[in-house]
Amino acid sequence: MEANRPLSRDRALKAYRDMLRIRMVEEAIAEHYSEQEMRCPVHLSVGQEAAAVGVCLALTDADRAYSTHRCHSHYLAKGGPLKPMLAEIYGKVDGCLGGRGGSMHLTSPEHGMMLSVPIVGSSIPLAVGSALADTLDGRDSVSVAFFGDAAVEEGIWHESANFASLRKLPVLFVCENNLYSVYTPLAERQPNRPLTQLAESHGMATAHADGNDLDAVVSVSSEAVARARRGDGPSFLLLDTYRWREHCGPNYDNNIGYRTPEEFESWRALDPIPRYRRALESSGALRAQAAERMASEIAAEIAEAFAFAKASPLPDPSAAATTIYA
Amino acid sequence: MTALRTISMADAIREGLTEAAKRDPSVIFFAEGVADPAAVYGTLKGIGSVIGHERMIEMPVAEAGLCGVAIGAALSGKRPVISFHRVEFALLAMEQIVNNAAKTTYISGGRHRVPIVLRLVVGRGWGQGPEHSQSLETMFSYFPGLKVVMPTYPADTKGMVVAAVEDDNPVILIEHRWCHYVQGHVPEGYYREAIDGPRTIRQGKDITIVATSYMVLEAMRAATALAELGVDAEVIDLRVLRPMALAPVLASVRRTGRLLTVDTGFKTLGIGAEVVAETTARCFAALKAAPQRIGLPDHPLPSSRGLIRGLYPDSIRIMRTISEMLKLPAEREAQAEAELAAQRGNLPIDVPDPFFKGPF
Repeated sequence: MEANRPLSRDRALKAYRDMLRIRMVEEAIAEHYSEQEMRCPVHLSVGQEAAAVGVCLALTDADRAYSTHRCHSHYLAKGGPLKPMLAEIYGKVDGCLGGRGGSMHLTSPEHGMMLSVPIVGSSIPLAVGSALADTLDGRDSVSVAFFGDAAVEEGIWHESANFASLRKLPVLFVCENNLYSVYTPLAERQPNRPLTQLAESHGMATAHADGNDLDAVVSVSSEAVARARRGDGPSFLLLDTYRWREHCGPNYDNNIGYRTPEEFESWRALDPIPRYRRALESSGALRAQAAERMASEIAAEIAEAFAFAKASPLPDPSAAATTIYA
Repeated sequence: MTALRTISMADAIREGLTEAAKRDPSVIFFAEGVADPAAVYGTLKGIGSVIGHERMIEMPVAEAGLCGVAIGAALSGKRPVISFHRVEFALLAMEQIVNNAAKTTYISGGRHRVPIVLRLVVGRGWGQGPEHSQSLETMFSYFPGLKVVMPTYPADTKGMVVAAVEDDNPVILIEHRWCHYVQGHVPEGYYREAIDGPRTIRQGKDITIVATSYMVLEAMRAATALAELGVDAEVIDLRVLRPMALAPVLASVRRTGRLLTVDTGFKTLGIGAEVVAETTARCFAALKAAPQRIGLPDHPLPSSRGLIRGLYPDSIRIMRTISEMLKLPAEREAQAEAELAAQRGNLPIDVPDPFFKGPF
């Protein structure tokens, strides 16, 4: 079965490269943020790269993804181009939304990155709707809703799960559990029970994986995608991971008292990127020199994209009153 | 002659939806009880037999989720029509409507489109009470990106329903429950009526009455009575609350010099407030009297027919207000009021007035 087959060398290298690229983009955003030229909130995905990349590796361009306020990793993993992403965060005319959305709405429909919506839970039913349309029209595309652990506290998640399960729609509900909603830990928001039980009670298949283990994410994602394409309905994937930096903004915030430096260090030890690199090196798929070359290529791309975003002009205010209606 | 057959607005809605869905296979229907025996006041009855039952999507009792599902389907090529039995249920879906329906075209610079129709039933009757009889059209009309249509007459309604389904934008269709019973001559087959703004229903030179939905009928009845008093009222059916195209209203007020608004919602911060503010700002020099608004008072709408006495605006109140604006002789106005009251006879106040059944 495809789901359990190890990734080909090319795909494994792509996965590593995609994770590293997301990390380097986010770190570059954090580095440049204090220049105050990116004048919108940023919710960085540092630490959570394997979840986005692993799920998207199981998808094609025809599959559709919906994300949240923390959408940078999903946008890039789904194939959204870097220059328009950065230009959007800089509020520039070449942004993927022409500066209308900012960092919380990253969208690239051409790559199946349908929409990002910052209201918690709000984009989940959109994925179900895409899946309904695909099913009615006989396409075998799969739709993915990315969300965090707080979204399952929203009624709309349950409404979406109920309907997707009822109609056996091809949906992946991907819950990245990073243990916190802003500063509030999961244990203060939900009773002690597996999050997967919520989905099981809606009658759908579930899987729980280490969200910092790329191979594990790819494995559960591939299986869920295959199930969806077979017409066997939606799946809920619970991926354990950790947000390294503050909820919103470029900084580390382990010093302000809602979580401990020790907890952060324990998760940093599980950093998905060196973990995967070690696996690739031990299998001989990646050598140190090639890894360095890859990193420097990505760094050059990022530098060029930042230069592009900075050089791009601000949109004209007259554009604010256009495309209100189709 | 078939063009002159008479049907109700509820049937006109059903015909409009059916014609639009027959022509475009991407049209799908969502409702709680989409194919049940009641079929949303009969407005969806039999559509599945015409277009295929797989296009009639039963909606679990999950208004927010299913509104989001409809938006997602719209982003992926479908034209969903969602029917809510009462506007209050749509409040559960407000986040989806205000954010994802209204803003996705804008945010995406037009790359995404959200061609959905949300049918919301408003209005009073039979003791429905504070959470089943509100007219909340103002709330939905607040948001750029939505279109809000509120038709009165059956022929108009059928054509506007077709236009709403064919529109590439989210269209909110506000249906007054009592207007469902209004009869009118409705052409058979397919036709569309542009969602483009107000219509002048009655021409007059002394005062401009701008009304919505059921209040258009009350305004027309008042206009007929006013004619007996020598007052020539112009009546404009606002029809489209967003985008609000007030050019015909402004032109009318420049001729008449007087404006009265009558709508089904709350007076404070209501549709009438917007019409009066904009018209006053743009026609100030033409005004001969301070514009007036008629609407609901600042309290929730109770159930008991005792408590609603005098609550809902009607032709008598419209006539009385106009009479004050025009300083008509009190005794003649009182006589006309008595005549209007006599026309209504002993009809209970919590059922639609058969006078308004038409046909129109």
